[in-house]
Amino acid sequence: MGFREALYSGKFLITAEIGPVKGTEIDVLLEDAELIKGKVDAINVTDLQSSVMRLGSMAVCHLLKDHGIDPIFQLTCRDRNRLALQSDLLSAWVLGIRNVLALTGDHPTMGDHPEAMPVFDLDSVSLLRVICRLNEGFDMGGNQLKGAPDFFPGAVVNPGADTEAAFEMQIIKMEKKIEAGARFFQTQGIFDLDLFERFMKRVEGFKTPILGGIILLKSAGMARFMNKNVAGVFVPEPLIKAMEETKDKVKTSIEIAARLIKGMKDICQGIHIMAIGMEDKVPVIMEKAGLL
Amino acid sequence: MIVAEIKPFEEIKNMIKNYQKVLIVGCGSCVTVCLTGGERQVELLASALRMARKIEGNDITVGELTIRRQCDPEFIEQIKDEAAQYDVILSMACGAGVQGIAERFKDIPVLPAMNTMFLGVSDGQGTWVEVCAACGDCILWKTGGICPVARCAKGLVNGPCGGSQGGLCEVSKDVPCAWQLIYARLVRLNLQHFLKDISQQKKQPVRPRRLVREDLRLKKEPTKGV
Ligand code: SF4
Ligand code: SF4
Repeated sequence: MGFREALYSGKFLITAEIGPVKGTEIDVLLEDAELIKGKVDAINVTDLQSSVMRLGSMAVCHLLKDHGIDPIFQLTCRDRNRLALQSDLLSAWVLGIRNVLALTGDHPTMGDHPEAMPVFDLDSVSLLRVICRLNEGFDMGGNQLKGAPDFFPGAVVNPGADTEAAFEMQIIKMEKKIEAGARFFQTQGIFDLDLFERFMKRVEGFKTPILGGIILLKSAGMARFMNKNVAGVFVPEPLIKAMEETKDKVKTSIEIAARLIKGMKDICQGIHIMAIGMEDKVPVIMEKAGLL
Repeated sequence: MIVAEIKPFEEIKNMIKNYQKVLIVGCGSCVTVCLTGGERQVELLASALRMARKIEGNDITVGELTIRRQCDPEFIEQIKDEAAQYDVILSMACGAGVQGIAERFKDIPVLPAMNTMFLGVSDGQGTWVEVCAACGDCILWKTGGICPVARCAKGLVNGPCGGSQGGLCEVSKDVPCAWQLIYARLVRLNLQHFLKDISQQKKQPVRPRRLVREDLRLKKEPTKGV
């Protein structure tokens, strides 16, 4: 069952995420994928995450497809203008890629080529529109395609946006994304279930499945770093403390993630696990969370 | 106004190293207002160059002039007699001014003393900020008078990227997120319905852009080649 079918079956959705390497070494990546295979509904492949130059999302999605995994092709507006975005979408389709996650993308200054030109010819909302337009058999210029794709488009939302303006704008933009064609959402990492529940109540009427983001903590330092530097991520003090005091960081991290997942089962329609280098731990987390 | 800053002194000195007679031309408009290329700055640059060349034992003649606008042929015309007496003109105007002068005096090299930066406004003493990218299709009417094209680091026209923290932009932590400013202003004006409209993507202009006002033209002139 592919991701789209899983979504419409009404089951609790599980997606994971893989960040391609900087270089051509793909063995570890494929081993990790093999470990998760069959346990998740889809695997996201990031598109030059944090604006760091590396192996591309499309190629890795294609490899995952070859290994029998349904990939979610993350596509940002940072590096490609509307010609390249549309062409890459068509290329992705002929390579067997069916799901696309439309993102604005980080600014190049956040990465390792800070002097690169920021493109942002389209944004996440207009990219979603373009995906739907391609699905209908037309490009952005209204020209007819010879053979059209049938992508399943999704988008992201940041429920932890910190100011009133930022939060309200997230909700407004979420509505725009749905109007533009988003059929599912994946969120930024969630650590506070009460806050997340309030967000979910607020967007209940949108009737679009939401997969709550789970980030695996590596250390207390990482948690503090995210609190300070990653927009929308807030790790509460007790969790930081638990990571600080534990003798077995991996075990504690797994416990925290499993607990959050259990809590999310009744709140949202699925989870999206961002293991950030701990992809091999995904199966045990799922087992602990009662998902296997 | 057009905001520009003066180039590093060493760079200017290097540009004019092979010349003995330099005319520095200031501009009385934008760069006078942003205190980088007006009469006073012409005077300062002239004495600094004289001094530096004197120390090197390579004396130089520096003329000083400031005209009302370097982007207007009418004002440029006024300096034609002085210009003819110099080896080189060092313009203290924006890039448009430098090119305006170069277009008029084709036999004299015209060099830029400034780095032209952006269309901006003053943001407190000694600070200027970019507020308009001259996109050619103004949408300020639906963004509460705050421009996302110029003031959002990604130029997003459909709402924020989700990267702001504490109301500040993810890209420069000392700059407010333009979309949060827009949100606050539209709420205040009770015009928040604009936030829900899906905006058309901006069209890229074909450069160089040109404005033709038929009503102001004397007669139809064909475009000139080289
Ligand atoms: S929308 Fe922004 S960049 Fe475009 S003309 Fe208006 S202020 Fe300038
Ligand atoms: S934080 Fe705000 S201003 Fe900065 S890039 Fe994102 S939307 Fe634009």
